[in-house]
Amino acid sequence: MEVKIENLKKQFGQVIGVKDLDLNVRDGEFVALLGPSGCGKTTTLLMLAGIYKPTDGTIRFGDRVVNQVQPRDRNIGMVFQSYALYPHMTVFGNISYPLKLKKVPKQEQMERVERVANTMGIGGLLDRRPGQLSGGQQQRVALGRALVKEPDILLFDEPLSNLDARLRLTMRSEIKQLQNRLGITAIYVTHDQVEAMTMADRIAVMNQGVLQAFDTPEDLYDRPKTLFVAGFVGNPPMNFADVSVMAEHGGFTARNESIRLQVPAERGQKAAAAGKVRMGIRPEDIHVVDEGDAVTAEVVIVEPLGRDAMLDVRFGSDQFLVLADPQKHIRAGDQVKLHFDMDSVQFFDLQSERSLLWN
Amino acid sequence: MTQPTTTLDDQFTAAESRTRRSRKKSLSSNMAAYGFLAPAGFLVITFFLVPVVIIFYLSMTNLSTSNFTTDLSAMQFVGLENFRILFNDQFAAKIFFNTVFYVLVTLSLFNVTLALIVSLLSTHIERRAGFAFRAIWILPRITAATVYIMLWRRLAVEAPYGIINQVNTLLGQTTYNYLDARPWEFVIVVNGFIGVSFGMIIFTSAIESIPKDLLNASLVDGSTILQRIRYVILPLLRWPLLFVVTYQTLSLLTSFEQILLLTDGGPGLYATEVWSLTAYHRALSNYFGNAQWGYGSAFAVVLVIIGVVLAVIYMRVFRFNELVAEPKIEVL
Repeated sequence: MEVKIENLKKQFGQVIGVKDLDLNVRDGEFVALLGPSGCGKTTTLLMLAGIYKPTDGTIRFGDRVVNQVQPRDRNIGMVFQSYALYPHMTVFGNISYPLKLKKVPKQEQMERVERVANTMGIGGLLDRRPGQLSGGQQQRVALGRALVKEPDILLFDEPLSNLDARLRLTMRSEIKQLQNRLGITAIYVTHDQVEAMTMADRIAVMNQGVLQAFDTPEDLYDRPKTLFVAGFVGNPPMNFADVSVMAEHGGFTARNESIRLQVPAERGQKAAAAGKVRMGIRPEDIHVVDEGDAVTAEVVIVEPLGRDAMLDVRFGSDQFLVLADPQKHIRAGDQVKLHFDMDSVQFFDLQSERSLLWN
Repeated sequence: MTQPTTTLDDQFTAAESRTRRSRKKSLSSNMAAYGFLAPAGFLVITFFLVPVVIIFYLSMTNLSTSNFTTDLSAMQFVGLENFRILFNDQFAAKIFFNTVFYVLVTLSLFNVTLALIVSLLSTHIERRAGFAFRAIWILPRITAATVYIMLWRRLAVEAPYGIINQVNTLLGQTTYNYLDARPWEFVIVVNGFIGVSFGMIIFTSAIESIPKDLLNASLVDGSTILQRIRYVILPLLRWPLLFVVTYQTLSLLTSFEQILLLTDGGPGLYATEVWSLTAYHRALSNYFGNAQWGYGSAFAVVLVIIGVVLAVIYMRVFRFNELVAEPKIEVL
């Protein structure tokens, strides 16, 4: 089922929850709504579910405008962060509830619940109550309940946030596989960018009720269109410094009082005309080197991450995060030489906060 | 050169003094605890426990206006005589069944059902409107009983004073004193309106503590608002419901001031007389100024015993301890 959102707006009193949102979700696509808390992603989801009525704009499921359609007539399944299982019903009762409300015959209810429960690997738990289940099992029940009525659209509201890290990893791929196999259109709200990047076909990044970008994970990462997206996507986050890009000696340099870096021509050209710009570079694109054309910086903090060591370095007035080889045994207080890999550098306009490279 | 040695004796004395010191310390720290408990303990004993003991004692004397004394030792002890009279009293059975009728009907119609309806309605409308709606329902509870009853009497009494009868007059209907014609209806409605607020507060807070996700989930799963009440909200109110039933039974059993002010147990002989009102009538407001404190106390004692037995049964059957120990509506 295609979902078309046009000009969608939601206002609570004076507070604007969602502002002029346009979003087209293709049939069978997995779209993540990503953003910090309070950005309007859950509000959007609840409007899709029919819990909230939009203040303005239209939501279409296929060709049908559903703005005023009750949740029960939308044929959607939803999974909540808190699982939202009915504590007084058994697992069977929980999963069969949507069918009972649809007045599906008892025999068919049993068969369908059993089928879904076996798919979810909770076939043996049908007599239990939610309170007797682990978090992972509860989430499977919630997923089963959402799937049992064979919905056109699946809505997820941060479904994995309450699970421990390891379980989150397995559930992530399970949900993705399941969605892929069933081909159900899925809209997935999360504040966890790793979840969004790994699961979604496309990610809608929201901030303060406004859609910042709607792109594939690769595009968001390599070609961020706004400063917010660049800073929000990626962990550890992108480093920023204000520089001027100038044409010098047939090439381009980005410089401020403490750095002076060669910029590849195609990127430098776009940034050169803009005067003072904000330069962005990801931690993995800065390397600690022994020799060469480099910036010298002081290490403030070292955070061992296992595979990498994350260095918090300072040079001039700028403070950057850098990923280094832990074998180098760098300590706080050390002086290091940094080489900037400028092939993937980003430049943003200071006023509009839009990318100078990708708009 | 002498070496300091310690003998076994020394060690014993040391240990002993340590124990004594710690015992003394625990006693003194307990003393502090008792000290803090004392004011509340004094109030509980003086106003909750002592009256019950006095009532039990009085119920075994024939203390009345004719042999009145405040000297406990001078009271004439008659053993269980008052209870023998009570159980042979030709009106005791009527009063007993009046009480059962009054408690059951008021409880089921108002204290539980109407309270539930008010909380469900007021939690399904706009928040502030719901709050205002509930505030109105608390008014009967916080209005002084005399004022509240005067309003009802003003509504019910004979023309030209009674408001209902004024309307009747305008419509050309016959007028009559509603308190005489329909005493039970008025007794139950008047008490019921007061009783609604308690259940309403308990049910409302229970409904509002149901996680929003759960309520949204039900709608997404395909329920209507009514189906959601039926399948999700009501089952989750099981514990609050039991609590209100138990608490309000006991509270209705001992309530009599509204009936006293409204019908005074009438019209006629014991038409709306309930057990606790009889205890009051016998002990404090008998005919011809003959207050039978001893006999009235016997009525009160029966009520205390019934109340205690019910309370124990409720605690056992509904596992009251668990009910008050932890909230039964839990976020999973």
